[in-house]
Amino acid sequence: MDIASVLKVENLTKRYRSGERDLTVLDHVSFEVETGTTCAIVGPSGSGKTTLLGLCAGLDRSSEGAVFLNGVNLNELDEDARSRVRNQYVGFVFQNFQLIPTLTALENVMVPLELRGERGVQPRAEELLKRVGLGDRMDHYPVQLSGGEQQRVSLARAFINRPKILFADEPTGNLDAETSEKITELIFDLNRAAGTTLVLVTHDLDLAGYTGRIIRLKGGKVVADERVEMLDA
Amino acid sequence: MAWRDSRAHRSRLLLFMASIILGIAALVAITSFGESLERAVDDQARTLLGADLELRSAEPFSTLAESVIDSLGGAQSREIAFASMAYFPKSGGTRLAQVRALSGEFPYYGELETIPSGQGARYQAAGGALVDQGLMRQFGVAVGDSVKLGTYMFPVVGELTKVPDQAGAGMTIAPRIYIPLNLLEQTGLVRFGSRVSYRVFFKFEPGREVANLAEQLENRLRGQRIRIETVESRKETFGAVMKNLYRFLNLVAFIALLLGSIGVASSIHVYIKQKLASIAVLRCVGAQIRQTFYIYLIQAGVLGLIGSLAGAALGTLIQTFLPRVLDDFLLVEVDFILSGTALLKGLSTGLVMTLLFALLPLIAIRKVSPLLAIRASYESDAATRRDPLRWVIYGIIAVVVVVFAVSQTREWLYGIAFAAGLAIAFGLLAGMAKLLIWLVQRFFPRSWSYPWRQSLANLYRPNNQTLVLMLALGLGTFLITNLFLIQDILLRQVAASDSGNQPNLIFFDIQVDQNEALGQLVHSKGLPVYQNVPIVTLRLKSIRGREVEAIRDDSTSSIPSWALMREYRVTYRDTLINTEAITAGTWVPEMPPPADTVLISLESGIAEELQLGVGDDLVVDVQGVPLNARVGSIRRVNWQRVQPNFFIVFPKGVLEEAPQIRVLVTRTQSAESSATLQQAVVEAFPNVSAIDLTLVLRTVESILNKIAFVIRFMALFSILTGLIVLVAAVVTTRFQRIQESVLLRTLGARRELIRRILAQEYLYLGLLASLTGVLLAVASAWALARFAFQASFQIAWLPLLSIVLLVVGLTVLLGMLNSRGIATRPPLEILRAEG
Repeated sequence: MDIASVLKVENLTKRYRSGERDLTVLDHVSFEVETGTTCAIVGPSGSGKTTLLGLCAGLDRSSEGAVFLNGVNLNELDEDARSRVRNQYVGFVFQNFQLIPTLTALENVMVPLELRGERGVQPRAEELLKRVGLGDRMDHYPVQLSGGEQQRVSLARAFINRPKILFADEPTGNLDAETSEKITELIFDLNRAAGTTLVLVTHDLDLAGYTGRIIRLKGGKVVADERVEMLDA
Repeated sequence: MAWRDSRAHRSRLLLFMASIILGIAALVAITSFGESLERAVDDQARTLLGADLELRSAEPFSTLAESVIDSLGGAQSREIAFASMAYFPKSGGTRLAQVRALSGEFPYYGELETIPSGQGARYQAAGGALVDQGLMRQFGVAVGDSVKLGTYMFPVVGELTKVPDQAGAGMTIAPRIYIPLNLLEQTGLVRFGSRVSYRVFFKFEPGREVANLAEQLENRLRGQRIRIETVESRKETFGAVMKNLYRFLNLVAFIALLLGSIGVASSIHVYIKQKLASIAVLRCVGAQIRQTFYIYLIQAGVLGLIGSLAGAALGTLIQTFLPRVLDDFLLVEVDFILSGTALLKGLSTGLVMTLLFALLPLIAIRKVSPLLAIRASYESDAATRRDPLRWVIYGIIAVVVVVFAVSQTREWLYGIAFAAGLAIAFGLLAGMAKLLIWLVQRFFPRSWSYPWRQSLANLYRPNNQTLVLMLALGLGTFLITNLFLIQDILLRQVAASDSGNQPNLIFFDIQVDQNEALGQLVHSKGLPVYQNVPIVTLRLKSIRGREVEAIRDDSTSSIPSWALMREYRVTYRDTLINTEAITAGTWVPEMPPPADTVLISLESGIAEELQLGVGDDLVVDVQGVPLNARVGSIRRVNWQRVQPNFFIVFPKGVLEEAPQIRVLVTRTQSAESSATLQQAVVEAFPNVSAIDLTLVLRTVESILNKIAFVIRFMALFSILTGLIVLVAAVVTTRFQRIQESVLLRTLGARRELIRRILAQEYLYLGLLASLTGVLLAVASAWALARFAFQASFQIAWLPLLSIVLLVVGLTVLLGMLNSRGIATRPPLEILRAEG
């Protein structure tokens, strides 16, 4: 694998058993994402976007083909080893924010580093929360925060382990237009500052337009792979 | 619709209802058992007395009484009973026993059950003794060996396994020995001052009206101090005791049901919260508030009925075991009968309680806005809390609890007191639980590693049932711990008497002419004589100028008849002893004769019973000689010390010439030296008896253990109910746990870490719940020790730790069993949940 590629997908196929017959959700998909670039995976419902994201992040196993994340073949790892890889190299942003309701904003941000057993992580979490504009809401619980604020916490959490790659699944899907715009700016700002690779799954072509590359999926196959050099800076 | 709506959650709903199963089971079992017991008492009433009529007196029957007895006819048996030392030559062992010298064929109903069987009918002719089984085992005695009572050696012809009117083994300080009455004189045991009971038992031909006869006898034997007992009167006394036991158990069962009902309310609360979206959709498509409310009310009602039916079936099964649990307290054989009333009561109570407690969360449905279907927003509970209907339901629940308690205790006051006590206990438990939760949140070290903090935070997840679980598990722990601590206090108190230089062996029934020689014998063994106390027996003749008989017959008097009519054993001395303190009046050490009125000292308890105060006059009858006395002082006495204490103490100079016996108090250093001394005393002075502290301790321990076993059996229902509520709570929050677990897996947590977080959450829960119960139990035991028993309070840490470990262990085990599969859910689910 080219050292410049943080993610390499080779002939990735995923089949599910549906009743008596096999359903192919992804069909021999291949592509590479270079370190430090941004990329959007777009497509209609049922095109296999989420399945592809799950496989790329090591959340699931493929039926055929391989995924190399930072040079590591995920198919050769067991579930706990894949967890370690995720914890080390990956950051996530979800549509539904996915914060732990019993932890404060600050505690939620600290979780990925604490899962590694790291101590003294609070200053970094505080710094990130300040950067996303929540310096004064650190001790609030998710239920006390608005949707936009929860997604900011989620962003801070995604960047705390200095990930090599950030997977974002419809990060603005649950937000109003104004908040969406702010969150989008924040994602790209943070990403640029950290030099992280960004892989975005979305329906929203406007959002996809912020990335330097758009991979279109349809019926489980890559139907287009467009690069927009000028935006990818 | 109710049926269709429940489709996806039926197993979960059934689990909620399982919380009430044990409560209903306990209720049905106890009620059914109560009925079986009542029937058994009716059927076997005659065996409780063993005769149709019994006359009992503490002194030999007078000539008048004898002529009345003669005139009654029927078959008659005579018994003279007293306490004496039994000596077993085979092992050299001695122990205080209750000797019953019997003539005639008593018991006429029931039998003295023996090994070998049938010896109850033969020992009189054989001139042998029947000895209590426990006593024989203690000294390794077998049938064919001998027992020496006084100066006579009896062959043991049978082992007594069951006596009609005696409870289980180990429950009495003086186990029974039956001997033929015609050999009593040869024992030389009944002497002056011995505390003896004389009885005559009658069996009449069928059809004789014993109740009328008893009434006539009351008049004919008036003033003879003879107690008349019939089958009916014995049944009443026994029935009252059994009913108290039965009502107590029923109330404990009700507590388990109440806990279960709280569990139901809590589970349904969470269930409804998870159903809010569906309810809103129903409202959007046109369902009226009433209709949506009924959908869930019907679900709760049907499941309550199913839960009650399951409880009733289980209760019927448990009922067959209850006679075995209560065996030592029952004097009758209780057969299993299936009681329709008990089943009906269980079913109706279960249904009413389920519906009432389910109503609390269900009324929130009325406030669900159809807007929720299109705008999922956080809604506060505040509106529901302010709902006046909620307070109406609380009121109805309070009324139901009071009505149930009153129906059990048959007294308004007790019923209300029980309900109030329950409310206070629940309130205290909830308060303690909240305090613990707050303290842990406030002072939990933030430097602890992430899994510890995360598992603690999990206790406060939305829709958590932490408080209810702490209440349910805490109450069971409280009952068991409290019981253990009280038992410990009582046993320590008795054992404390054996410390330092406290006396631990008492010899009584010493004749005046044996006193000096006995003292020398004790000294010759190198043992001290702490006290050598004279005892004079007397009776009350009049109080404040009124004859005691007149006071007894006066229906307006509240002085108990036993206090008026009993034989008092008094002493005389010039000093107070270390167990006494004057609380009123002045201690008079000596009254040189001739004193017209003697100033005596009364113990505070008996002064209260007799309604006497300092300066009140009374006349006592000292074995035929009337003596004017006045209350000179009131004493508080610590009865818990093993040494002779007295209701009435005379000053020196008054009773010295009266007929008397002596009591000698000493201390032995070991069980062996105590046994050696008792053997020597029994050989030299066969009529002298001894009470040994070890014996008292053993008996108290045995009785407490048996009571504790019964209460523990009932407390188990509370603990098990708590565990079922726990399972229901874990199942209810399973979806949330899965979500949390999947998120952590996505962020890189390993399965082992997720399992650790889950286990630690249950560990916290078990710890907090058991601590709630244990802390409250320690506080209540301390209060009891301080104010009720006036005893020192020490905590036995090891058993408390065991209780905590047991509750924690069970909580973690059940929690983890019900969390199987959560840690291994694939992280991909997080993306699926997204869409």
